[in-house]
Amino acid sequence: MKISEIAQILNAEICTRNHDNDVNIISACSADLMSDVMAFSKENAMLLTGLINPQVIRTAEMMDIKVVVFVRGKKPLDNMIQLAEERGIALLATDYPLFTASGLLYSKGIQGRGDGK
Amino acid sequence: MSTKIIRDYIIPADDFAVAGEASSDVRKILSQLGVSPNILKRTSIAMYEAEINAVIHGHGGKAHVEIDENKVFIVISDEGPGIEDLELAMQEGYSTAPDSIREMGFGAGMGLSNMKKHADLLEIDTQVNKGTTVYITVYFQ
Repeated sequence: MKISEIAQILNAEICTRNHDNDVNIISACSADLMSDVMAFSKENAMLLTGLINPQVIRTAEMMDIKVVVFVRGKKPLDNMIQLAEERGIALLATDYPLFTASGLLYSKGIQGRGDGK
Repeated sequence: MSTKIIRDYIIPADDFAVAGEASSDVRKILSQLGVSPNILKRTSIAMYEAEINAVIHGHGGKAHVEIDENKVFIVISDEGPGIEDLELAMQEGYSTAPDSIREMGFGAGMGLSNMKKHADLLEIDTQVNKGTTVYITVYFQ
């Protein structure tokens, strides 16, 4: 799934400019604990979270996560946008809560893990 | 790669805005050397967790990194309070981090177990009131 399609499904604002529009996302994880993202996330290229701080972008970088969606109407800070743009990570912001945002993407085919589980 | 690459970093205390800079830089170097994505991710996670721990618990510290053709060797040291019960601290979910750290997305008690999971070798030297040094080795093959 392309970033533009994700943005459409979640009615989300795309906050970054220089990300790769052609990246194809097939799986995601949803978490507010970054250590859990690093402990349990496998081949996920997208993270949904309600956490706002620069460590979200750092975690995404370490995990090869290409897209971060901020939920519950939260907006990334300027320093987060800058950090993400330097690393080619796309940041999206949606008003949907975490559960609903995850469910909407799941119902459109985004999986929980890279291996289809 | 015939020569060894050596890097040293200062990890500032309690500065969440720059926490992760050292890990990010090492990741960049390894990526440029063509290290495989899996090894890159494992190294990044282990080092980043250690770096975050130094920021959270150790009042900042230092990182020393050596990369040769076979492996990356990372030493993260702090002069913080040390770990009282290392066996307990290694258990998933055990944490002494305050709520302020949990609000940052860490302090879930996964840091040390994440390091162990992703490093090929992990050694921890710790002394109460003296500090903690973590030695991480990841092999490229």
